[in-house]
Amino acid sequence: MTYKAKLRVWRGDDESGDLKNYEVDVNEGEVVLDIVHRLQATQAPDLAVRWNCKAGKCGSCSAEVNGKPRLMCMTRMNTFTEDEVITITPMRTFPVIRDLVTDVSYNYAKARMVPAFAPPADLEPGDYRMAQVDVERSQEFRKCIECFLCNNVCHVMRDHEDNKASFSGPRFLMRIAELDMHPLDTVDRRQTAVEDHGLGYCNITKCCTEVCPEHIHITDNALIPLKERVADRKYDPLFSVASLFRKGKEKRAAAPATPKG
Amino acid sequence: MATTGIDAPGRAKIAAKTLRTDRWWVQPLFTFLALTAFVVYSTWRVFMNKYYYSDPYISLFYSPCLAGSCVPGAQFAGAPITWWAFSPALLIAWIPLAFRFTCYYYRKAYFRSFWLSPPACAVAEPHGSYSGETKLPLILNNVHRYALYLGLVLNVILTWDAILAFRNPDGSWGHVGLGTLILTLNAFCLWMYSLSCHSCRNAVGGRITHFSKHPVRYQMWTFISKLNTHHMRWAWVSLSTVVIADFYVYLAASGAISGSWV
Ligand code: SF4
Ligand code: SF4
Ligand code: FES
Ligand code: FES
Repeated sequence: MTYKAKLRVWRGDDESGDLKNYEVDVNEGEVVLDIVHRLQATQAPDLAVRWNCKAGKCGSCSAEVNGKPRLMCMTRMNTFTEDEVITITPMRTFPVIRDLVTDVSYNYAKARMVPAFAPPADLEPGDYRMAQVDVERSQEFRKCIECFLCNNVCHVMRDHEDNKASFSGPRFLMRIAELDMHPLDTVDRRQTAVEDHGLGYCNITKCCTEVCPEHIHITDNALIPLKERVADRKYDPLFSVASLFRKGKEKRAAAPATPKG
Repeated sequence: MATTGIDAPGRAKIAAKTLRTDRWWVQPLFTFLALTAFVVYSTWRVFMNKYYYSDPYISLFYSPCLAGSCVPGAQFAGAPITWWAFSPALLIAWIPLAFRFTCYYYRKAYFRSFWLSPPACAVAEPHGSYSGETKLPLILNNVHRYALYLGLVLNVILTWDAILAFRNPDGSWGHVGLGTLILTLNAFCLWMYSLSCHSCRNAVGGRITHFSKHPVRYQMWTFISKLNTHHMRWAWVSLSTVVIADFYVYLAASGAISGSWV
């Protein structure tokens, strides 16, 4: 059963743009990205859209469908009614290049600011040994496909361009949390989390968690635990005093100078 | 309604603050109404300064009752604060207030529904600037753990109150009234709310990096993590049982209900 879907697609560039109306055929079982491709093939050959795997694994096709940040390849057409107008726009937090394609280099710059995994100096790469329970916690975060929908939805930057300088967004705070929880990492990442990556800007309103296509519990399992770990060190007078008396506490190096993105 | 975000230069020019088509405003609206109702109710009760004790039940807003003015029977540890001239609830009520205000779940709730920051995901907030929890006073949310510790002390006292609710008027044990059940249920829900807390999760094991070196704490962390996934539910359930328990004591103490079942 085929029907014609009513689409409103944002067309434009970094200077100007508009929502344009189209009607495009839809077949059973299709996803939004299929329809965008059909639109490109039949009516709008110059429509710019970024995609790669069509399987929700490459993180390229991030956009906003009816105002919600989503992967186009993972948004099924049967979640909409046949007479519903479906609005498709590029992500609204990053600069647009053309049509549905945005410039996500902000994310790469922030990624470079996170100091790399640093195992103990005397440990050769082939000698890493870890217990399963120690690895498990950060495995959840390794599911990330770097679609940047979480950074796109985060109101800290989405609604305040000026915060982009001091805030790295949930994607990279989660990366810092992952490394801070890593038993073999020797770098103290708590200070850099607050000072270079803006952990304090997050008000735990959980939109990153709501949009993550990998269903990673970003807020509950990465951001809040990181806030708690920072509080252990920075905001908790009792804990600081107690740790002075604790013997054999692993020594942790200060983070190396952060390369500025 | 200035925002410095979605209309910043370089971004796709779209005038709408949101293009969401679902009823995204329903949830913040209900949260706003429910929390406002709670604040109004608890303010009314905290300043009322009466109808908080009906043997063997005490309202949790007034327990432990430390002021010299506490009614006989309700007094805790000899009610040592004799110079206190206001409602005895004021000596206590700031603890649950601080606990819930700094709670990670309630922070989400009030940042969304009261401060609209953001009202819902991908709905532009109405503020021109935003500094989150980086400055006073909101940076104080980082000491949530101290509110948790105080809250746990109160839980012990409220649990004791629930145990005392099994006494008959003559002091002998074995009484079970509707109030006994309500106070016990309320104490249970408050424990579930406090134990599922994110700071508790960090304290029992979350702050450890080598789980394999601390098997007992790892077990505790696993257990608390399970409770933690329901923290929001316990936040609302316990808020409701607090109101029910207090209102029940109010009804009993004011004489609106009476009889052996009470
Ligand atoms: S929980 Fe924090 S990081 Fe995630 S979207 Fe909300 S403010 Fe941003
Ligand atoms: S955490 Fe989730 S939403 Fe964020 S970039 Fe990774 S997969 Fe995408
Ligand atoms: S095309 Fe790869 S995630 Fe959608
Ligand atoms: S009580 Fe909610 S997080 Fe601690």
